[in-house]
Amino acid sequence: MNFISTFIIPIFVFSVVIYGFLHKVDIYESFLGGAKEGLVMTFHIAPAIIAMIFATNLFLNSHFLEWAFQFMNPIFQTIHVPIEILPMAVVRPISGTASLAILNNILLVYGPDSFVGRLASTLQGCTDTTIYVLALYFGSIKVTKTKHALGAGLFADLVGIIASFIIVSIFF
Amino acid sequence: MVSIIWGCFILIGVIFSIATGSVEALNNQILKGASDGIGLLMEMLPILVLWTGVMKIAEDAGILQKFAHLVRPILHKLFPSLDRHDPALQYIASNIAANALGLGSAATPFGLKAMEEMQKKNPVKDTATEAMITFLILNTGGVTIIPTTVLALRLSHHSANPSEIILTSILATACSSFAGLMLDYIIRKRKKL
Repeated sequence: MNFISTFIIPIFVFSVVIYGFLHKVDIYESFLGGAKEGLVMTFHIAPAIIAMIFATNLFLNSHFLEWAFQFMNPIFQTIHVPIEILPMAVVRPISGTASLAILNNILLVYGPDSFVGRLASTLQGCTDTTIYVLALYFGSIKVTKTKHALGAGLFADLVGIIASFIIVSIFF
Repeated sequence: MVSIIWGCFILIGVIFSIATGSVEALNNQILKGASDGIGLLMEMLPILVLWTGVMKIAEDAGILQKFAHLVRPILHKLFPSLDRHDPALQYIASNIAANALGLGSAATPFGLKAMEEMQKKNPVKDTATEAMITFLILNTGGVTIIPTTVLALRLSHHSANPSEIILTSILATACSSFAGLMLDYIIRKRKKL
């Protein structure tokens, strides 16, 4: 199964270049243009990254979580998951940068190739910022009665968290 | 909303560190925070730049349109309330295609256009239609074939195989999107009875 994950990027790059050739795109110029956009985009998100890394570092290193959720320790220990997953799952629907900062902390402490590192990476990749997207899209057309949109969206996120746990357990 | 999270993280962090007597560590944390952020960005920058370059080739070659074309037939089934020739469907298809390819900044304008088109045919302007809700569930599921930022982050932490989480992410996304759509379907059916 790992085979697919390892090959997806080389195949993707290869296909894009071939496809570009066939459609007579000036691929080198296109690449330069895109890379420039990427540079601008990264500097655009820099303040948010700095802000969130700063805040999550303070929060996680204060060990408040371990103290406040002591009663849940046995549960987290039996499933071999550190408590940092909890705030990550909570902030994921609201802020992608905040959950990225927590993911960074998890990878730093437990390593990217640990079970937790893989689980947290999968979690970050599998959903979007549900609450933010709903606010943006419904806000743009001034719809205020959103019916079951938020409920169903958060339900999907919850299923995503459980599914990530099961899938990562099976795969690795 | 983000302000609340950010503020709470800082306030709880400061208060709890002082309460447990680790003020020196706290002091270091505050002074080090920004350089940690910059360090992370600098490690992630190369792969992000490389990837936006590759994706620009794809975009210029028309892969987005091709992808949108591929997902359209499925959309008819998911959005029974939209007419086959509704322009909203084209925008929804482009939005999903851009999301899947990881072109987040390209996806949002398509999504906003889709909402605008659906709003035109909405009889009650302040209330969400069925199609809008289905679209947003699909959108927040966020199917991304290659999650670039996660890959960049894993690479910066020296993972032996940064891309090994691609397949697990896709499968987990599929589960979550399916669950969201099923719930949406059930709620819609129940209201009609």
